[in-house]
Amino acid sequence: MNFRFTQTAIDAEAARRELQDLSAGGYVSFEGWVRDHNEGQEVTRLEYEAFQELAVKEGDRIVAEALRRFPVKRALCIHRVGSLQLGEMAVWVAVSSVHRGEAFEACRFIIDEVKHRVPIWKKEHYRSGDSGWVNCERCAAEPHHSHTEQLQRVASNPK
Amino acid sequence: MSVAAIHGLILAGGSSSRMHRDKAALQYRGKTQLDRAVELAKRHVAQVFVSVRANQSLDQTRAQHAMIVDSVEGEGPIVGIRSALAAHPQAAWLVLACDLPFLSDAAVDELLRARDSKSLATAYTSAHDGLPEPLCAIWEPAAASLLADYQAGGGLCPRKFLVRHGAHLLAPVDARALDNVNTPEEYAEAAATLEASAPMQLKIQYYALMREQAGRSEEVLETAAATPADLYAELVARYRFTLSREQLKVAVNSEFCEWSRKLAANDAVVFIPPVAGG
Repeated sequence: MNFRFTQTAIDAEAARRELQDLSAGGYVSFEGWVRDHNEGQEVTRLEYEAFQELAVKEGDRIVAEALRRFPVKRALCIHRVGSLQLGEMAVWVAVSSVHRGEAFEACRFIIDEVKHRVPIWKKEHYRSGDSGWVNCERCAAEPHHSHTEQLQRVASNPK
Repeated sequence: MSVAAIHGLILAGGSSSRMHRDKAALQYRGKTQLDRAVELAKRHVAQVFVSVRANQSLDQTRAQHAMIVDSVEGEGPIVGIRSALAAHPQAAWLVLACDLPFLSDAAVDELLRARDSKSLATAYTSAHDGLPEPLCAIWEPAAASLLADYQAGGGLCPRKFLVRHGAHLLAPVDARALDNVNTPEEYAEAAATLEASAPMQLKIQYYALMREQAGRSEEVLETAAATPADLYAELVARYRFTLSREQLKVAVNSEFCEWSRKLAANDAVVFIPPVAGG
């Protein structure tokens, strides 16, 4: 499995060793962190929830697609679930490859697809005491938005 | 101009001549088809009436429901529709024949969402001949005077009326949804089919916003829903989920699937709100 969840802090140092390959000359990783604001609101913490049984399948399919599309050696994605504080790592993606170009491309591909396709949800808690499920609450008032439009909005507005 | 509110009208005034007995009182799974139709409509609109002829208003099957007694002269379903439009001139009507045993929540839901209040009616086209189905349709207040003229000119058939005057038409969600039952043979077949599709148990898991709105993370549900689309319509009626079906994906047994997939007993169903990983 090249996609997994963790309830506790992501250990990127340990996970990095899984990407090691003597034929690889480059390594690229991406970390997504919990930020203190979103869409004009002051964020105090996040909760991530996943439909894990399907999410690990879909996540693994995404990494497998990356390995097919780009000539890279290894790739891995780890996503955190549960309650996260500001500054904590929510997601980690890493790729090793012979040359750097495809490693950057594959890493970008994986994080973008994960955001679009994997059944993971994020609830933001705000300084105001309010909270909301990202992409669900606001669009509920605009029911004619298609799924894809909302997802594009997320993609152009990374966490 | 504001959009007219919608009431439900169940047509149960027919003479049932080919069935040789009162169609409204025919039972499926121990419930009259009139009761089934009223309950279906009530899951989608607040007020539902049964359309009856004057001599039917004391009939046991009908009298337990709110009724609209025919107030105009003539024959056929147009009389019932006109009487409803006359009784509540500001309202639009979700008109359903009582003898559509396969009509689903999803089909009614789709009709209501596709409604074009500027047309005289919103209707499905028949899976058999492509013509409008006037007795599973939304009739707008503006149809009242044209229906009166049509009837005065000798017209009897609401389908021909819709062909002549035009309606907002949509393709049926499934081929059987609008099959009606006119003969004892058709009734026997429909009853057997519905008996075989006995309510089954499904396991439903809820996540994120839907978990909060349902007030639970999972449940085992007894349902006759044939597809995830039917099931979602049923659950929206129960939990008032704010997300529309277009915003969701659905998974059965931990794999994404189509909304039209046929559900089987003990399937595990998950509705997937817009995702936000990363």
